[in-house]
Amino acid sequence: MLTNGARLYVDHAHPEYSSPECRTPLEATLYDGAGEEIMRRALEMANEDLPPAQAISLYKNNSDGKGNSYGTHENYLVRRDLEFAHLIRAMVPHFVSRQIVIGAGKVGAETEPALEHNPAFQLSQRAEFFEEVVGLETTLKRPIINTRDEPHSDAERFRRLHVIIGDANMSQTATLVKLGATALLLAALEEFGPEPFPAPPRSPVHAVRAFALDLSLREAVPCDDDRSRNAWDFQDELWHLAARYVEACGAGAVGGPSEVALVMAQWREMLDGVLDDRPAVADRVDWVAKWRVVEGFRERHHLAAHDAKLRAIDLQYHDLRASHSLAQRVGLRVLWDQADVREAVHNPPPSTRAFFRGQCVARFPEQIVAANWDSVVFDLGDGPLQRVPMLDPLRGTHSLTAELLETSATASELLDALDR
Amino acid sequence: MTERERIQKQRGERSSETSAEVSVDATKGDQLKADLDDLLDEIDEVLEENAEEFVRNYVQKGGQ
Repeated sequence: MLTNGARLYVDHAHPEYSSPECRTPLEATLYDGAGEEIMRRALEMANEDLPPAQAISLYKNNSDGKGNSYGTHENYLVRRDLEFAHLIRAMVPHFVSRQIVIGAGKVGAETEPALEHNPAFQLSQRAEFFEEVVGLETTLKRPIINTRDEPHSDAERFRRLHVIIGDANMSQTATLVKLGATALLLAALEEFGPEPFPAPPRSPVHAVRAFALDLSLREAVPCDDDRSRNAWDFQDELWHLAARYVEACGAGAVGGPSEVALVMAQWREMLDGVLDDRPAVADRVDWVAKWRVVEGFRERHHLAAHDAKLRAIDLQYHDLRASHSLAQRVGLRVLWDQADVREAVHNPPPSTRAFFRGQCVARFPEQIVAANWDSVVFDLGDGPLQRVPMLDPLRGTHSLTAELLETSATASELLDALDR
Repeated sequence: MTERERIQKQRGERSSETSAEVSVDATKGDQLKADLDDLLDEIDEVLEENAEEFVRNYVQKGGQ
């Protein structure tokens, strides 16, 4: 556990960062950026200990180009009383189509069904790895809707929607829209139920792969209501549904009015841009930014579509080292500058229980024996371990605990104050 | 007119005395191409030297 409330650990063979719980998509975008900076610093420290001829490099991407994929997971709390069948029905259209706006792009293909099409480029890093509509797996037979349901909070009130289908975005605006659009649609589902959502494709797995392969964005698939829709049609309908929800309910469940307006405006501009004016969104849509340099480089050097140099550009787009990163060179818009990110490396978001967790880790590291998502366990040395439960993600915030933390000089004083 | 179109027009007008639609578009296109050329120059400099070996050795073992 880090002082910003995040977790950093080794998952199988790669380092993994799990951001602190955030209240809004803009906040979560900041803590995604903080994760990049934390990885960069860890990398520099590790390299200082290596012999000069050796060096570690780190990439924020989702596949190695050889058929091995690893995820960028999003987690949303949704109401427990929402029927899971409704959640599947409503969200599948979004998860198969949102890649046209937030896909990170990929040179070539690496699974058999996609290799048959021999694509020069795909919209998404991750799409071709999906084989099921619903399931629990994350490393094989990956499902569009993952059923892992550990809410790390009151399970009678909340379920966790564990989204494994997203790409790792280098564009902060893409991260904002990925999180914001999905959160708005979940809130709309909680409010309106599944009826106003576009009917899902008859074969969602076919749809997500076909959409990834279609840079024209025109390929339509048959849906359960006997209409055909392409990925853009789905996103356009979903945008209008989200707009209706914001109009009717104000979207306080997702963020403040100006932040929600920013999500809606960017989602709209990116959606229109990928269809009609790609240069205008090359500063926000990762796949457009990447495809522009891949194509430009290929033409300049007269290369074949699958030249190793183009695959190297793809990998290096996601390189976290400033000296190598192509994402840092393509002119992506910045929502949070380096000063904001540096703050977020050390300090937790004020709006969730991550504030209390991060502050405890920063102030009383000697007395903490365990810090989990939903509790902090103290050992004061004179008696049994003391566990502070934090089942509600929206308590333990700055406004509820900052004064308590400031006035407690020791862990013992803090625990006494919490008991009162 | 969207805000983006407005901004592009203002830019076009600043860089060209004649502010006809056509010249605005041409200016924009030239600018984008120049930007891309600069970017590709930079990529030529920072791209991994042995792309073939770099791509071949990039292997992930395990992961969700």
